[in-house]
Amino acid sequence: MSLSTPPPINHFTERLTLHYDPGLKRNRFNQVANAIAAFFAALAVVPLFLVLIYVLIQGGRLISLQLLTDLPPAPGLEGGGIGNAIIGTIVVTLIASLIAIPVGVGGGVYLSEYAQNGWFSKFVRFGNDVLAGVPSIISGVFVYSLIVATRVFFDQSFSAMAGGIALSVLMLPTVIKTTYEGLLLVPQEMRMGAYGVGASRFVTITQITLPAAFTPIATGVVLGIARAAGETAPLIFTALFSPFWPEGLFHPIATMSVLIFNFAIMPYEAQNELAWAASFVLVIMILGANLLARWISHASRS
Amino acid sequence: MTASSPSTVASDVCMSLQDVTISYGSFEAVKNVYMDLPKGKVTAFIGPSGCGKSTVLRALNRMNDLIPGCSLKGRVIFDQHDLYDKRVDPVEVRRRIGMVFQKPNPFPKSIYENIAFGARINGYKGDMDELVERSLRKAAVWDECKDKLKESGFSLSGGQQQRLCIARAIATEPEVILMDEPCSALDPISTLKIEETMHELKRSYTIMIVTHNMQQAVRVADMTAFFNAEAVEGGTGKVGYLVEFNETENIFNSPNQQSTLDYVSGRFG
Repeated sequence: MSLSTPPPINHFTERLTLHYDPGLKRNRFNQVANAIAAFFAALAVVPLFLVLIYVLIQGGRLISLQLLTDLPPAPGLEGGGIGNAIIGTIVVTLIASLIAIPVGVGGGVYLSEYAQNGWFSKFVRFGNDVLAGVPSIISGVFVYSLIVATRVFFDQSFSAMAGGIALSVLMLPTVIKTTYEGLLLVPQEMRMGAYGVGASRFVTITQITLPAAFTPIATGVVLGIARAAGETAPLIFTALFSPFWPEGLFHPIATMSVLIFNFAIMPYEAQNELAWAASFVLVIMILGANLLARWISHASRS
Repeated sequence: MTASSPSTVASDVCMSLQDVTISYGSFEAVKNVYMDLPKGKVTAFIGPSGCGKSTVLRALNRMNDLIPGCSLKGRVIFDQHDLYDKRVDPVEVRRRIGMVFQKPNPFPKSIYENIAFGARINGYKGDMDELVERSLRKAAVWDECKDKLKESGFSLSGGQQQRLCIARAIATEPEVILMDEPCSALDPISTLKIEETMHELKRSYTIMIVTHNMQQAVRVADMTAFFNAEAVEGGTGKVGYLVEFNETENIFNSPNQQSTLDYVSGRFG
């Protein structure tokens, strides 16, 4: 074969220059498609930044120590703060976590480690997916009729406990799903290794499998908490609201989301400002939780 | 290859398989295995893929229990007990019959904890530092590990991880160590080191090893079992069976069966 012989020319083997030609049809088309996709991607994050900037401007300027530690003022008066609502949100979220984390992690462990993929575990997983899609207000109404209306807790109706339970219903699917999926990612060899040195199933799960899946589980839990902390609808029926400091777990309690709901529509300037300030604090808290979740998953990967 | 009467096996026999048939669901993976595995020796299981040698190995410490649908007929006698008796606790079986897997699988813990874990859950009360050092030394990985015992087991190379897994198995003081293709994921130098480790280990333990590497069987094993698979009429796939079980020298130099000769001399397929 001699090198000087050119290949036979037909329309397939016609040789173009190797340099990029922006005028070529496929290249022009590519650039247009690229621009359209980039535009929609930008459009998708615009609401996030608008909300953040708006809340930052409206609420951020109001932040002071007094605002974080004082009670809200009576209607018509000036000043005051959202101290009780901050504590309330923390208390209610804590109750929700204390219920949802053990139940959710336990459920996830069952689905991944114990269940034989029979009808029961399929049913639980399907039910869990459905629960994740249940509107939050439904969970509020459910807890209202189950706990608030029946006054099961010491004859109290609205209470922090009821609010926490309503939020735990919302957290549960996230925690179960992330636990289950986190455990599925743990390689089977790891379990085999533990069984191979004579570990029982319980020891294998608690000392090998769960720690190995800590990152996805912790991430899921934090995201679940962040979701629950921002919910309003289920709390309106359950925790209600209180202009005072929390009196106990079985009394109505103020939360930031309900405070925003109540105060934003009041015809008083002071209350409206507090609603903005609470929005700011809530957004920062949830943003912080999301960053924490990212940090957890990064920290253990490196 | 003689089947002795139940529970009375010769004293130099470590494990005795008596008419063992292992099935996945309704599919029989390996059929009618009779074998007396000698104490204090290295026994290699060789044979083509799908002949059931790994399945048989995993049956020896009830690892197959973890595979859904896997069942065993027949008897596996160890220490005068049938391991598949209903009263036998598989966790206890695995404490006395340790296992090293195909892929190095250290726990996501420090090197020290990888060793200490098994000992601790087995109720070891002695000096843990000493046990960790002794196990790592026996597995010939102490020199590479001694300065980084607190680091993750994953910080080691593949070959070192595998020797860490061997050390982990030794730390629980088993009587038997099962090795399922322990070198298949390793380079030749690491493989050689593991084989040296095995020569050390057979002084104190009975070892059974599955290997695809026939030179490895020749190098490390005293006894060799050759498994093969053949299609059965009406069956859904190939069924494994034990062709021949004898001293390694005989298997490789003067096997009794034609199929063994074909396999060990590379004339197969």
